[in-house]
Amino acid sequence: MRQLAPLAVAVPLLGAALLVFFHTLLPRIAAELLALGIAIAACVMTVLLLVHVGHGLTVYWFGGWHPRQGVAIGIDFAVSAVGAGLAAFVSLLMVLALVYGIHYLDVRHPYYQVLMLTFMAGMVGFCLSGDLFNMFVMFELMSVSAVALVGYKVSEGAALEGGLNFAVINTIGAFLFLLGIALIYAHTGALNLAQMGASLRHGGDDRVVVVAFTLIIGALLIKAAIVPFHFWLADAYAVALTPVCLLLAGAMSELGIYGVGQVWFTAFQGALGSHAHVVRPILVGAGLLTALWGGAMALTEDHIKRLLAFVTISFVGVFLIGVGLLSEAGVAGTSVYVVADGLVKASLFACAGILQHRLGKVGQHRLHGRGGGLPATGIVFAAGGLLIASLPPFGPFLGKAMIDDAAIKAGYWFVPALVAVASALCAAAVLRAGARVFLGWGDAGSDAPDLADEDTEPETRAGHDRTPAIMFVPALALLAGALATGVWSGLPDLAATAARRFTDFGGYHAAVFGTAHHLGSATSSAPEWFDYAYGAATVGLAVALTGLNLWGVRVVPGWRRASAAAAFAIAPIRTLHSGRVGDYTAALTLGIGVLGALLAVSLL
Amino acid sequence: MSVYPYLVAAWLLGVGLYGVMSSRNYIHLIICLTVVQASTYVLLLSVGYVSHGKAPIFADIPTSSVTVDPVVQALTLTDVVVEATVVALLLALVVQANKRFKTVDPNAMTRMRD
Repeated sequence: MRQLAPLAVAVPLLGAALLVFFHTLLPRIAAELLALGIAIAACVMTVLLLVHVGHGLTVYWFGGWHPRQGVAIGIDFAVSAVGAGLAAFVSLLMVLALVYGIHYLDVRHPYYQVLMLTFMAGMVGFCLSGDLFNMFVMFELMSVSAVALVGYKVSEGAALEGGLNFAVINTIGAFLFLLGIALIYAHTGALNLAQMGASLRHGGDDRVVVVAFTLIIGALLIKAAIVPFHFWLADAYAVALTPVCLLLAGAMSELGIYGVGQVWFTAFQGALGSHAHVVRPILVGAGLLTALWGGAMALTEDHIKRLLAFVTISFVGVFLIGVGLLSEAGVAGTSVYVVADGLVKASLFACAGILQHRLGKVGQHRLHGRGGGLPATGIVFAAGGLLIASLPPFGPFLGKAMIDDAAIKAGYWFVPALVAVASALCAAAVLRAGARVFLGWGDAGSDAPDLADEDTEPETRAGHDRTPAIMFVPALALLAGALATGVWSGLPDLAATAARRFTDFGGYHAAVFGTAHHLGSATSSAPEWFDYAYGAATVGLAVALTGLNLWGVRVVPGWRRASAAAAFAIAPIRTLHSGRVGDYTAALTLGIGVLGALLAVSLL
Repeated sequence: MSVYPYLVAAWLLGVGLYGVMSSRNYIHLIICLTVVQASTYVLLLSVGYVSHGKAPIFADIPTSSVTVDPVVQALTLTDVVVEATVVALLLALVVQANKRFKTVDPNAMTRMRD
């Protein structure tokens, strides 16, 4: 069964290669179904792998190069339940994304399917790898595939610009990652995470460790799009093909957060574990800033896909808080939240894709009231908005409640309230967009439409007069999945057990080096009364914000002045999102510098 | 092992990033990215360097010989291959951007969007 781990990466890669060679012989629909079949096969493998991993850790040594005398000489896949779960989630999203694109998506050549399969291989490989350098290679494989997919429509200026920004910033991130790897290899002589962790436990030159940690964490936060490394994301996600958006928003950003957890718990915990009280506030602070920044920006956006990109940024911030608590409970909550919220965001992007298919636009003001003929899509979109606001008792609420409890336990009593505000901002942005487009509520042109979407051409072929089932069913299935994660009562305990394994360095090291190490299962406490209170308050705040945004001018005296003041306050932040790659690089360099300085000042 | 290779790596990282920040031409910007990349080569190779170490090919030298670390050389090679792909992809996007915008100035492209 452990062979499933490398196969889940090799099968999509091989499939992609075969598709490149033989696509001239195949009709379009056959190539699409072949790609879908390969993705389904890989998805089944990752699910089987998840079942096989169970409470343990499945280790696969490439070429049979097992460790000799406690030294890892080969390269391994070390699959934890968290990693396998994330890989299965990625694969599932990929299957739905490929279904969504069948027949309708206007792409010539099956290069689209080929790139989707290599993208999948990169993401799955990143989740399964137990070797830091392999993580880098997989990181690059997924970045390159994703860049090509974002810039796929080369006739569109915005797609090219988004792709270029994405590529430049992520490539710098990759170099920082590699510099960090070189330093930590120089320090420990290991690339295998378990061996690196064991070596770091013995101490040594702290300065090298801190610099390497800064570079590696910084690179992963660039991938995750944490403020101030997030600028590329909005440009890229807003212009990508919708099926690609499903994956980008649903899973790729989250992989950066997974990487942070993986390198901390398996490697750096050994050297910096006693300084966790210093690392924790830095990560949680960055997460809070990102959550609020993303929420505020989402509320100012007119372009629905760009709005959803900012919602993605906001939620990645919340995930960073969860993992950044550096605790078992935080990881457990994040695992649940990533899956539940990823499904919701993917569903919302699928709805945006349907709007683009039917109406040819994704700007709220241009679409004002024009979505009236799409009631089913409207209902899914509105339900997604409510789930973003963590409506109890569904999946996102459960994940948020678990993160809130972990934060309170760690002494961050203010985190739940701030996260609630961030979620309410995001949800209000989504609900307002839904109300404007599907119901025609609010004023048609109350604000000047910004960054108008002249450039957004329909990405689908003929048949704009109806919504094909093949596009609507994935949207509905994703939403249903998000609802179901909250109803499945066994999920929190499974996540808690997986998190115990993920955070336990001793168990990881023992499993990689082949000695048995038993860990019991863990249980998670049910949401408390105050979790429900926060959930209800978030929904209430979101609905209130939506209403104020739509009708505030008529109902509340002085609202116009208040909203003008808010717009004035956020204007400098909006200006920062200039679309200029040079500015983004400057922000990135500054961010890495601040991160390094904070760590150095408090650790050395 | 002297400190100079590390200084060179840091210098390359710094000037490369500065180049990316200030560039007004995408081709130039991509070359600056490869300068940043060069810092990774220098760092990797200097990390594995051993004074008076031989090349790690044991066909014609005794296995007890002191050699430089072959692992970092393998990492450097992988890095070269991976980044060649990235640079090729970036250049391809720039060619398309030039067709669309009739310019390769990153700042001019954003102005044309809004």
